[in-house]
Amino acid sequence: MISELFTMTVLIGILSSGVRLATPYLYASIGETFGQRSGVLNLGVEGQMLLGAFTAFYVAMNTGSLWLGVLAAMIVGAVMGLAMAFVTVNLHAQQGISGIGFYLFGLGMSDLLFQKMMGTVRTVQGFPKIGIPFLSDIPGIGDIFFNHNILVYGAYLLVLVAWFVLNKTNLGLKIRAVGENPDAADSLGVSVARVRYFTIILGGTLSGVAGASLSIALLNVFQQNMTSGLGFIAVALVYFGAWRPFGVLIGALLFSMVNSLQLWIQVLGVPIPSEIAVMMPYVLTILVLVATVSKVRAPSALTKPFEREE
Amino acid sequence: MKKFLQSEWMSRLIDALLPVFATLAALIIGAVMLLFLGVNPIVAYKALWDGAFGSGNAFAETLVKATPLLLVGLGICISFRGDVINIGGEGQMIIGGILATWIGLTFTGLPGWLAITLALLAGFLGGAIWGGIPGYLKAYFNVNEILSTVMMNAIAVQIMNFMMRGPMLDPIQAAKASKIPQTARLIEAFRLARWSPTRLHLGVLIAVILAILVYILLWRTTLGYRIRAVGMNPLASRYAGIKVPRYIVMSLLLSGAFAGLAGAIQVYGVNYRMITDGSASGFTGNAGFNGIVAALFGQLHPLWSIPASILFGALLVGANQMQRVVQVPSALITALNGLVVVFVVSSEFLRRRRQRQRLAHAKMDDAPPDKTSQPAEASA
Repeated sequence: MISELFTMTVLIGILSSGVRLATPYLYASIGETFGQRSGVLNLGVEGQMLLGAFTAFYVAMNTGSLWLGVLAAMIVGAVMGLAMAFVTVNLHAQQGISGIGFYLFGLGMSDLLFQKMMGTVRTVQGFPKIGIPFLSDIPGIGDIFFNHNILVYGAYLLVLVAWFVLNKTNLGLKIRAVGENPDAADSLGVSVARVRYFTIILGGTLSGVAGASLSIALLNVFQQNMTSGLGFIAVALVYFGAWRPFGVLIGALLFSMVNSLQLWIQVLGVPIPSEIAVMMPYVLTILVLVATVSKVRAPSALTKPFEREE
Repeated sequence: MKKFLQSEWMSRLIDALLPVFATLAALIIGAVMLLFLGVNPIVAYKALWDGAFGSGNAFAETLVKATPLLLVGLGICISFRGDVINIGGEGQMIIGGILATWIGLTFTGLPGWLAITLALLAGFLGGAIWGGIPGYLKAYFNVNEILSTVMMNAIAVQIMNFMMRGPMLDPIQAAKASKIPQTARLIEAFRLARWSPTRLHLGVLIAVILAILVYILLWRTTLGYRIRAVGMNPLASRYAGIKVPRYIVMSLLLSGAFAGLAGAIQVYGVNYRMITDGSASGFTGNAGFNGIVAALFGQLHPLWSIPASILFGALLVGANQMQRVVQVPSALITALNGLVVVFVVSSEFLRRRRQRQRLAHAKMDDAPPDKTSQPAEASA
C-alpha cells in the first residue's frame, strides 16, 4: 500500500490539496506578519478566524452572495482588530494574554451565534474552481497550481503584495521602523500608534478572510471550533518564516503539504495510526522553530508597548 | 473629598477592586447580548446564580468545577510571575491524566491510598514533562513558549486519541463494534473520597492546601524568589548570579506539573476514566485556558486565586443551568470569560498609571499630607 502513495495521480493529488490547504494559513499569517513587524503580537487570530468563518458562512447562506460573505468576515475581523489595537496600543495591555482573551471571546461568540442562529450544521456551495486558461491544461502542473478557487489564488497574490509593501514602499518602511525602534520612528514624526492601529486592523481583516476561506471556499460548512488550533499555527508560522512573507509562504506550504499527505495516508488506508500522522505537522513545527529561531532576530520592539518619553 | 480619594488606602482599595469592575463590565455586555437574543438578562442571570449557588449540591458542583481551574491557575501564578507564558495547560492536563490513569489501571493490586498517591504523582510528573519541554526549548534554544506550548497541546490531544483508541482502550469496548474511545473504569478503591450525595471530592481540599504551599514557595523560598526575580528583570538576575535559563525551565516545569495534577484529579475525583471526543476540551473542559483567566483575576496570587477559581467555576456551572432555563448556549460564558481577560489586562495599565500619578503627587507636594504613606508608596 505504501507504493500506492507514489503513483503519479496520488502525488498530484497530495501536492494540489497542499497548495489549496495553505490558503487559510497564508491569509492569517501574512496579516500577523504585518502586526509583528510593527511590534504587536496578536494571539487572538484563532478567535478572529472563527468569527470570520461563521459570519462569512451565515451571510453567504442567507444572501446567496459569497463575496458579501467575505466582506462581512473582513468587517468582523477588522472590528476585532480595532478592539485589539485599542487595548494594546492605548491601554498597554500585555499582548499575549489579551490575545488569549480575544481568542476565548471569538471561540464562545461564534459558538453562541452558531447555536442561536443556525442550530445545525449546513453546507453552502462555496467558491468554484477556476482553471487558469492554458496553464491549467499543462499535465500535472496545471492541476497542482492552476485549478483552484479564487481565494486560493488571492492568498498567493497576497504574499507578493505583502513582500512589496513591506520592503519597497514608504508604508513598509514605517511599519518596520515602528517595530524595530519606535522611539526613533516617533522622533522622525511617524505616529507609532497610527501605524500599529493600521497593522492590527489589517491583521484582523485578513484573519477574517482566513476564516471565510475555510467556511465558504475550502470546507463549505461551519462547525463549532472548526479552526481547531489553525489560528495559533498561523502565528507560529510567522516566527517560522522569520517575519518575511516568503518565509511564511514556505512555512505554510510545508505545513499544508504534510497535512495533505496525512489526509491521503488516511484515505488510502496506509497502516500508520492516523493520530501519529496528524501529530507530525506540530512536531515538525517545533523542530523547525528550534532549528531556525536562534538564528534570526525578532523585531526588537515585539510585544513592547510604546510610551513616549516625557 | 479629593483628598479622600487620593488617600493611600482608598487607591489601594480601587486597585484591588479593578478585577471586580472588569467582571461587572463583562456581565453588563453579556446582558446587552442577552437582550439582543431576546432573553431577559435578569431571568438569565438569576438562573446562573441558582445553578451555581442555589443549593448545597449546586455549590458542591461549583467547587468541583473550580478545582482544575485553581490547580492550573496555581501553575499560571508561578510561570507568569517568572515572565513565562504557559498556554499549554490543556496538553499538560491531558498527559497528566493519561499517566495517572495508566497507574490506576496497571497496578490494581496496590492499596488504595498508595495507588492514588502514585497516580497523583504521575500526573504531576506528566505535566512537568509536558511543561518542561517548552521550558527547556525557551531557555536554551530561544523558542517562544507561547508557540511551543500550543504545539504541545495539539500533540497531547493526538497522544490521548491514540491511547484511548489503541493501547488503553477499555477491553469491554474493544470487544464491541462501537469501540467508544475510552479507558476502563478505575476500581472503587482507587477513587478519591466523596462527600456523598454530592460529587465534592478530596481533590478540592488538595487544591486549597497546594494554594497555600505555592504561596509559601513563591514568597518564602529561594526557588520562588529566584523565579520572581528572573520574571521581573532577567538581566539584573543574571548579574546577581542567578542561572536564568534554569529558572525559566523550572517555572514552566512547575506550571505544567500543577496542570498535570489537575488532569489526574479530574480522573480520580470526577470521571474515574479517561474518554476522548477527539478534542482537548472534551477532557479538560477548557480548564487549561480558564485557569489562566482565574489566575489573572486573582492577580497571580495563589491565595486570591482560590476565590477567583470559585467565581469562574460558578460561572461555568451556572451557565449550564442558564442553558436549561432560558436556552442560551453556555458558550456565552466562554465569550464573557474572554472579555474578563481583556478587561483585567487593560485595567492593569490604569492601575500602574494611577500609581505613577500618586508618586508624582507625593514628589510635587513640599510637605506630603500623610508622611506615613510614603514608604508604602515606594514599595508599591
